[in-house]
Amino acid sequence: MIYLDNAATTKTAPEVVEAMLPYFSEYYGNPSSIYAIAGKSKEAITKGREQIANVLGAKPEEIYFTAGGSESDNWALKATFEAYKNKGNHIITTKIEHHAILHTCEYLEKERGAKITYIGVDENGVVNLDELEAAITPETILISVMAANNEIGTIQPIKEIGRIAKEHNILFHTDAVQAFGQIPINVDECNIDMLSSSGHKINGPKGIGFLYIRKGVKIRSFVHGGAQERKRRAGTENVPGIVGYGVAAERAARTMAERTAKEIEVRDYLINRILTEIPNCRLNGDPVKRLPNNCNISFEFIEGESLLIMLDMKGICASSGSACTSGSLDPSHVLLAIGLPHEKAHGSLRLTLSEEITKEDVDFVVEQIKAIVDRLRSMSPLYEDYIKKQQGK
Amino acid sequence: MYSEKVMDHFQHPRNVGEIENASGVGTVGNAKCGDIMRMYLDIDDNGIIQDCKFKTFGCGAAVATSSMATELVKGKTIQEALEVTNKAVMEALDGLPPVKVHCSLLAEEAIHAALWDYAEKHHIKIEGLAKPKSDISEGEEEEEY
Repeated sequence: MIYLDNAATTKTAPEVVEAMLPYFSEYYGNPSSIYAIAGKSKEAITKGREQIANVLGAKPEEIYFTAGGSESDNWALKATFEAYKNKGNHIITTKIEHHAILHTCEYLEKERGAKITYIGVDENGVVNLDELEAAITPETILISVMAANNEIGTIQPIKEIGRIAKEHNILFHTDAVQAFGQIPINVDECNIDMLSSSGHKINGPKGIGFLYIRKGVKIRSFVHGGAQERKRRAGTENVPGIVGYGVAAERAARTMAERTAKEIEVRDYLINRILTEIPNCRLNGDPVKRLPNNCNISFEFIEGESLLIMLDMKGICASSGSACTSGSLDPSHVLLAIGLPHEKAHGSLRLTLSEEITKEDVDFVVEQIKAIVDRLRSMSPLYEDYIKKQQGK
Repeated sequence: MYSEKVMDHFQHPRNVGEIENASGVGTVGNAKCGDIMRMYLDIDDNGIIQDCKFKTFGCGAAVATSSMATELVKGKTIQEALEVTNKAVMEALDGLPPVKVHCSLLAEEAIHAALWDYAEKHHIKIEGLAKPKSDISEGEEEEEY
């Protein structure tokens, strides 16, 4: 099997699993309790929080553990909207956010009277900064822009966005679920007030995430109950998850330079081979301002789900932005936002690498893709029309 | 997610291709919703469908339903072919996931569109056949199933 869907989730690193295991069967005490093994749990949480804070240049007490990226995004938006409603009801975000942001915005719009502005992106998926700044009103309380896009891998200018937000005295939240541990992010340098992240995207465990909340930001509890997480997120802590997340974050930061340099080399090899050897395809997303492991290509005249099933039969795991994989009739909102027509959006393929993928793996994958694309095109009425047009019929 | 029959027809689609100078050709669906089917019919003087081929742009279910639809109409009379409904196609494939039911509707429509083209070319009227509603030549705005 060749696993090329690391933007969906990653393999939990062995050292992460190893670090977590004692906190299931040995140090299983509730961190809020008084006895010795509970103290072990509490220490483990403190350590995990420190490991994560270090990666971001944050203070440990600014890291609030959650159940994952979606919860963090929900919390940041809903709680900010509530806490700052006396100041205004306007939130600025983008058209290419994850659904955890977009659907939360829709909820706030419909049920809570929020006004949301969705900023567009250029053909590479980079947020238009002029449009963003022009959208700011005295009512604007929050700007939420993802650090890097999950589908096309485009890295956003979060430093510039943070500067704009600060100049206008507006809070800045970034969904860094894909970016944390993949590219360097410093919350002070980028003026980030809130940041969402998820453990399982960086070889950590599933079911654990965090929201970074800058000291001084007045957002309230999202889950009410006990006094955990400085009374802002009740519920007994996911101790093994936090331990694993801490180790994964520390590991991701430690190996980042070497790992991503290798990934970029293999990624560009993959992209170049596909673009030069398969006609009628295009790279989606920015060629340079791009996550180290992301390759997203649209193949004309074919549909993504068919491609995925055939890749799966060859032992290759990938994903697509086609409607059939989204459970609706519309293809990916991200691909439409960068201006792709529907038929090209349906024919998209996302391959996201890990450090384990070699050029030899890529060679195999490219040969399979070539054969499958050929086969699907030979069955496609759109390709038939295209060829007839070429022949001047 | 798919039945074995669907996977079989997706991996080994029957009757893929074109028919030169076909008696009738019908294209349905649109690229917007991600499925386009084109059906070619070769109909003899006795009104028997001698051959049927297809080309499809779409998901696994779209390919499988096209393939099955060609199998079901081959050797049939025009009237019998009209009775090949989306339900018949689905049953022959041992069912489809709910989100893919529209693919089987498209297969039924593709047969109808090809028959309609045949009728128009031969200036005949086929009893019980209505003008296909989702031919891509009619434009972008098509109804969703």
